[in-house]
Amino acid sequence: MNYNDEKAALVLELLHQDCRKSLEQIATMLNLSVNEVAEMIDDMEKRNVILGYGARINWDEANGADAVTAYIELRVTPQRDLGYDRIAERIYQYPEVKAISLMSGSYDFGITVEGKNIREVSQFVSEHLATMESVIGTATHFVLKRYKYDGVICASPSKDEREVISL
Amino acid sequence: MIDMKEMLNPVVRNIPPSGIRRFFDIAAEMKDAISLGVGEPDFVTPWHIRDEGIYSLEKGKTHYTSNSGLKELRMEISKYLNRRFSLNYDPLSQVIVTVGGSEAIDLFLRSVLQPGDEVLIPEPCFVCYKPITALAGGVPVTIETKAENQFRLTPDELKAAITPKTKVLVLPFPNNPTGGVMRKQHLEEIAEVLKGTDILVMADEIYAELTYGAESHVSIASIPEMYERTVLVSGFSKAYAMTGWRLGYACGHPDLIAAMTKVHQFAIMSAPTLAQHAAIEALKNGDPDIAMMREEYDRRRHVIVNGFNDIGLTCFEPEGAFYAFPCIKSTGLDSNAFCETLLYDKKVAVVPGNAFGESGEGFIRCSYAYSVRDIEEALNRIEAFVKNKK
Repeated sequence: MNYNDEKAALVLELLHQDCRKSLEQIATMLNLSVNEVAEMIDDMEKRNVILGYGARINWDEANGADAVTAYIELRVTPQRDLGYDRIAERIYQYPEVKAISLMSGSYDFGITVEGKNIREVSQFVSEHLATMESVIGTATHFVLKRYKYDGVICASPSKDEREVISL
Repeated sequence: MIDMKEMLNPVVRNIPPSGIRRFFDIAAEMKDAISLGVGEPDFVTPWHIRDEGIYSLEKGKTHYTSNSGLKELRMEISKYLNRRFSLNYDPLSQVIVTVGGSEAIDLFLRSVLQPGDEVLIPEPCFVCYKPITALAGGVPVTIETKAENQFRLTPDELKAAITPKTKVLVLPFPNNPTGGVMRKQHLEEIAEVLKGTDILVMADEIYAELTYGAESHVSIASIPEMYERTVLVSGFSKAYAMTGWRLGYACGHPDLIAAMTKVHQFAIMSAPTLAQHAAIEALKNGDPDIAMMREEYDRRRHVIVNGFNDIGLTCFEPEGAFYAFPCIKSTGLDSNAFCETLLYDKKVAVVPGNAFGESGEGFIRCSYAYSVRDIEEALNRIEAFVKNKK
């Protein structure tokens, strides 16, 4: 099965919106059979199209779960024969690194790092990232406030403001 | 002292209040109540359209527009109707921009009706046609559509209702409250009955973009020999989630639009300028928004229709709008009793089918312009309610 398949794309869209939806719910919404949906999801899990299922958490609102997130711009000199991939592989091994992407533009890697506090993140950058032999520069930006995350607005859920009308 | 009730026009005095509102004021005060009652999109107007409205204010576009509406908007409406429904209207003489589709309905009926003229109204339907007809001096004549015909108007039903006094046929499809649609072949059958008569057609196609399935909406104006006699009424509320902007339009014969413009210019002057600027953006760049919202409604449609059928409340598949119209006769309750008891027992607000005409008795209207979560919770409560009644 090809994951560009239109039906599979719709299943992915629904899972991405809310991965707690049941197979039955997804099947009903898309007018598919439960078996068909189950097979598609199974296949996409095996092929790493679906990497996992997790909640989008607004950590700012989670009691006792203080965390600091930083976005780090990394400039590197790619290694001969190995290119950027080898450097990325070394960086993503650290559990502090939550995301890493190769970027176009004025820097090479965009890295999301999480830590308990600013000091911990700063230490990680200065001791582990900045000291790597291919790294020629870093710029660290701390997240001050999240407004929208992965397509979801972080503010309190809006109330249904539709009023009673003769329609 | 003046007895104000005695001062009122008896036609107005005799118009019953809309049955839709009845339970919602109660529901609004109830904690944890769930409503499937509201007949408007739950989506907020897409941002690029709102932004264009804001930008028009920043630029000081705060004056009246011409009575007929901004020329650019009428041109975009004309292009849109051609692109989507293969219709050709001259933007300068055949299009008028109105305050919602409702104003267009009012303008049309006031422009054509003379005392005693009959207006054929297929029911169940949106609640405004009968009172506006009466206010314009016409005589509403209802035609009961039936569940076994998917609430379509059939040629035999139409033929049986036509008299020498018939002036207008209202064609409100996709239909609020049933979700019924008239596909091309059904419209052709209606056209066969109308050919050779002087009956005008008021096609209220406000839900045209919310038609589900492989075939998209077909306007009766595109059926041969129907163009000249048809006034097409539509608007931005449902397609672009722009209910609060109050913007609609009517398209039709130049003489008819000129007459409607006369009524409009004295009663309304012009539709809101802010909304007209936003609507231009909607028509130019809003097609993907329509597709996104239609897809989302379609998913909810499957959830609600399957849900009602699983509960044992037979629900024919609505092919348009955003309403399901399940039959509640198996519970032994009439529409009003069902809705009232459901609201007090389970805190779910839905609309009795007879609020849309007597032929809606035995049915309830449930809007699926709500999140899947709300729809599923409402279905769970209705299931528990129905089990108790059976």
